[in-house]
Parts: sequence; C-alpha cells; structure tokens
Amino acid sequence: MTGEEIIKSAEKLRMGLPPGVRDHWIEDIYAESDRIASRNLDQSGISHRLSWERRLDWFLTNRWTGYPTMVLMLAIVLWLTIAGANVPSGWLATLLLENGHPLLKNFADNTLHLPWWLSGVLVDGLYLTTAWVVSVMLPPMAIFFPLFTLLEDFGYLPRVAFNLDNLFHRVGAHGKQALTMSMGWGCNAAGVVATRVIDSPRERLIAIITNNFALCNGRWPTQILIATVFLGTLASPGLASFVAAGSVLGIALFGVALTFLASWMLSRTVLQGEASTFSLELPPYRPPQILRTLYTSLIDRTLIVLWRAIVFAAPAGIVLWSMANINIGSASIAEWLINGLDPIAWLIGLNGVILVAYIVAIPANEIVIPTILMLTVMVTGISGVGEQGAGVMFDASSESSLAIILRDGGWTTLTAVSLMLFSLCHNPCSTTIYTIWKETKSAKWTALATFLPVVFGIVICGIVALFWRLIA
Amino acid sequence: MTNCAPSSCESCQVAAVSKLEKLGMKLGQADYVIALAGNPNTGKSTIFNALTGLRQHTGNWPGKTIARAEGAFSLGGKKYKIVDLPGTYSLLSATDDEEVARDFILFGRPDVTVVVIDATRLERNLNLALQVLQITNRAVVCVNLIDEAKAHGITVDERGLARDLGVPVVLATARKGEGIDRLLQEIGDMANGNTPTSPQKLKYEVPGLREAMEKITAELEAAYPNVPHREWIAMRLLEGDPRIAAAVASGEIGNLMADHAAT
Repeated sequence: MTGEEIIKSAEKLRMGLPPGVRDHWIEDIYAESDRIASRNLDQSGISHRLSWERRLDWFLTNRWTGYPTMVLMLAIVLWLTIAGANVPSGWLATLLLENGHPLLKNFADNTLHLPWWLSGVLVDGLYLTTAWVVSVMLPPMAIFFPLFTLLEDFGYLPRVAFNLDNLFHRVGAHGKQALTMSMGWGCNAAGVVATRVIDSPRERLIAIITNNFALCNGRWPTQILIATVFLGTLASPGLASFVAAGSVLGIALFGVALTFLASWMLSRTVLQGEASTFSLELPPYRPPQILRTLYTSLIDRTLIVLWRAIVFAAPAGIVLWSMANINIGSASIAEWLINGLDPIAWLIGLNGVILVAYIVAIPANEIVIPTILMLTVMVTGISGVGEQGAGVMFDASSESSLAIILRDGGWTTLTAVSLMLFSLCHNPCSTTIYTIWKETKSAKWTALATFLPVVFGIVICGIVALFWRLIA
Repeated sequence: MTNCAPSSCESCQVAAVSKLEKLGMKLGQADYVIALAGNPNTGKSTIFNALTGLRQHTGNWPGKTIARAEGAFSLGGKKYKIVDLPGTYSLLSATDDEEVARDFILFGRPDVTVVVIDATRLERNLNLALQVLQITNRAVVCVNLIDEAKAHGITVDERGLARDLGVPVVLATARKGEGIDRLLQEIGDMANGNTPTSPQKLKYEVPGLREAMEKITAELEAAYPNVPHREWIAMRLLEGDPRIAAAVASGEIGNLMADHAAT
C-alpha cells in the first residue's frame, strides 16, 4: 500500500465518522487542561505584582500614551548613544589613528623598508580604514545594543509589536514586522533573517523588502556624525546634542513612515493579499539580568557585527587607496568618477564625492563617511589637514575640523540633509543583499529589495533639493 | 557533608548538579537525546543554557528559537544531547515552528521529552504538555517560573500534577537555578528507563473512531514499518490534517524518519 492509497483509505473512513473529530479532540485537550490546572492550582495567595503590571500594560499599549512612550524610549536610547559614544570613540581614535597609524607607517617604511605602494595599500588603505571603523562603530554599538537588549529582556518589545500591529495590519503587512524592523535597527541582514518568524510568504517578503528602511548600525554613525557637525552646530552649544539626537530621531521615524508607505504600496501591487492575524502573548515583565545582558549583547551582537564590518572594510580600504592613487591620463580613477557623477548628484542635493563613496561602500555602509572625507580632501587638495596628506583616509582630529573640510568641499546644510536622507534610502549593503537572496532564493525579489530603496532615495532627495533651492 | 557515606552522596539531589559536565557544542556521539519543548516565553532557553553552559540568547517573543538549537551535557558517565525546539502553543496547527517541534518529537525519537510550562499560565500551557503526552510516554514536565507564580499568589501542587499527568513533574525557577538538579535527576532516571509512567491518554469517545484508527495504523505499519507513533499519525489523518497527509502521500514521512535518525 502506498502513501497515496493510505490517504484515500483514511479519507473514506473520515467520511464515515461524525463531523468535527478534530474539533472534538482539541476540545477534549482543552477541557482536560482546564480540569488538571484547576485541580492542582491554588490562586488564594495575595498577588502583589498583577495590579502594577496591568497598569503598566495599560500605559504602554494605550493609544494616547503608547505611541509617545515608544518615541520617547527611542529618543532616550539615541541620546544616550550619541552622548555616551563620544568619549570612548575619541580614546580609540587617539589610540588607533593619531598614534597607531604614524607608528605603523614609520615601522613599514623605515624598519621593513616596504615599497611605497605596498605600505600605502597596507597601512594607509587597509589599516586606516579598519581602525576608523573600529573607533567609530564599537562605542555606539556597545551602548546601543545592550540598551536595546535590556528593553527586550524587560518585555517592552512585545508591547511595541502590539502597538504597531494595528498600523502594520492596515497597510496589509504582518504585525511581527515590528519586531523584524527593530532587529533591522541593529543590522538589516539580521532583520532579514529574523523575518523567518513570519509564516505567510507574502508578508514575509514585504518585511524583507522594507527592512532596509530601518536605519542599520552601519548608518547610525553617519547620521549621528552629520547631524552633530552640521545640524547640532545650528543650535546653541548647550542644545547641540539634543538637536543632533532630535534630527537622527526624525530620520529614524521617517524611515518607519517609509516602511509603512512601502509596505502599503507592495501589498496593493505586487504582493496583494489579506493580512493574517497572529496571537501575541504579552509576557510578564521581568527584571532584566543586567550583567548577563551586557555579556550576551557584547558577544552575540557587538563583536559579530564589528567583525563583519572589519572584514568588509579592510578590502574596501585597499580599493580606495588604489582608486585614489592610480591615474588614467591626467587624473586618478576616483577623480574621473567624481567628475562624471557630479551633475546627477547635484540634482538630488548631493555631490559626486558622496555618490562615489556610496558605490565604494556597498560592501559595508560603515565606511561611507571615511570614504567621503578621503575623496573630499583629494579633490579640494586641502593641505595641512591631517598629517597623512591627500589620498589617505584619516580621522579629522575634532568635529569642527571635519566641518571645515566638508565646507571647503562645497558642502551646505542641504548637502548634509540630503546625505542623511540618502543614507536612509539607498541600496542595502552587500551582506544584506546576499542574505535576501539566500532567504528568498529569488533574483526578482532580491533585485526589488535592492533597487526600491534607491528609487525612494532619489525621488525624496530630488524633491527636497528642488524645494530647498526654490525657497533659499 | 564532608563525612557523608558515598551511597548517600549518590542519592543526594545536589550531587546531580555538581557532577554535571556542561559540554556546550561538543555533541559527538550521545548516549541519549533529550528534546526540550514548551510554549514561547516559558524560559526554555534558560533551562537549555543551564544544562549545556551555552549562552543562547533568549528573547521575549514567539519564534525566537527559529531553528532548533543543540547542545550537550554529561552526567553519571552518560552523554546527553539536548535539542531546544521552537516555542509553540500546540503541535496541531500549521506554522513552521510547530512543524519543526512536532517532527522532532515524532521522528527524532528523543529518549526524553522535557515539556517546560509556565506556572503562571498553567492551564494554557498544559495543552501542549497533554498533546506531547498523546505522542510519547517518555516525558518530564518542568513547571518553570515558580518565583513569578509565587509573586502572583499562585501555588502549584507538584504531586497532584504528576499524578494527573502520569509523568514526573519538577517545579523550577530556572533563572535562579532552582529545580535544575531535580530536573537532571528525572531526565537521567527517565532516559535510563527507571521511571514508570502512565501518561494521561485521552479517550476517543467517537463511534467508529477506534476501529478506523486501528485500520489506518495497520496500513501505515505495512507501508512504513520504521515510522514510530503510527497511532498518532493515523489520528491526524482521520482528522484531515493537511500537512501530515501531504507527508504521508509523498512518502516524505519515511524520509523525515531518516533525516532525524541521522542527527
């Protein structure tokens, strides 16, 4: 007897049985659970947790207080990250860039006597890019991830999902997308993998394609740096960190709005269908285990993401150094590209340097800012800024000197705003693209997930640039 | 404690934990396979971590353990492989998580299935425990989060629960390590076949069902002699469970067996 025949035989027998056998069986299980539970449970003790938990749940998931609390929590996490990351980031920069780099360069040139191009590729390209990534990324990640994990352990994230479920449902997506979106705030590749919790393939694809609108860890430093240098300085010094945090928060929330917009568009066009419901149990609040959380989020998240950044940044550093130092005709490869892309970039409020930086930084978003700096110095030929001179990715010794370099490179407040918007809306990094392909096994969806954000970015930046120039 | 006789040390409960050797990912060839099942958010992963020494990150939402996680520990000279299954509310409906968990309990032939349930949500959590008991006799029920239950003024009758379910029941607060030693002891006893069980099997009081089930079970036995838990599969077929039907029709049910045997 084959499997098919057994199924037929079972079907026939099933017809002979009274209807609702399955329901009957499930009802039996529930009735039995009820019976056993009531027999072995004594609820007579005094509960001193239930009442405050109920009140807190009401507060966190209420329509009027729930949303503001979410925004406030995000703002606090961002502000703590911005305000707290500065100091350790400075230490690392001093150690790895200001002192480490000249030391290594000296060692390579004078002790090892490496040829100029080899020491250039290794020390000025590979080492410097990697060191920049470590000093810029490690401190904010070491603050942002543990804070996020603490909220998760406390039980806040399921409440966020509960709040957002309604909105996601309205745009035809799955409520669990709130969770994959918040994973995306750490790393889009991780967010894409996390969409496995969504069972419906349609809703899972929506979550995958729109995950890039969640600002990832590689882009937080770009946002934070540009906001601090260009927007924070517009306010008085006392308010600078709040203005900076506020603008980054604005970009992050704009990303959430774009997630809803893109989900809505997808579910009305290529991914039509009903939104499925799911039951989400609001777990009891648990005091977070702070030390354990610090340990696991450092090991599981921070170091893994950092390692990935280093792996991608190192070869990109070599490419950058080569592009800036290999000439075709009268100019280097980098200069040709920058001049070629300048007119297109102008239309969307950016410049050729930024676009080239985004192409070079496809492997890892983290290196966008270092690349921009290096290319700007090279094009404007600013001398005496940073000891290493043109063509080397360097750390501007203070944030104000960063602003000077960029202003000399023709930057305005519009450039800064456009860069922040473009950083939110452009193609995912190569790891994320590869992850999307692995998860969807489809070139079509991977391509859509890659190009949809770029189209959004060009349209949004174009509109902003147009109106900005009309008004100014 | 220093001058206690060796025999009393062996039976002492604390000895279980002190002799526990956490092997982490060193799986190798295990003597016994333990499956860890439970509703989402019951502290399953905490128990997994306590037994294996691994630091699997625990999250607060359904579907956190997306694929199954594996680890190992050694106790009393035997090596145990422990498989942390995705958290599920039942083994019946059609999500991927539930299928992973169900397939492992059915075809992975775990020597012991530990069902972790939340003391503060006993009634809802017992559904899953009862469903597991319909499949296998070799189960230990671990009622976790006893500290939270206490905070809510709830007490659970361990003996009564064990009597009603027909399998060993352990009360635990895994986060504080309470009850882990007893859980280990029960797992060891069950794996070594020292625990008599009489699990709570539901009676099918539907006319004609018993006969129909026996017929399908016999047919399954002829077609797939190696597939275990045929009665349970027959029951699902008679209910019209689409996933099980598809697996039987395509012959995949035989492969599932082979897949899980390899692990």
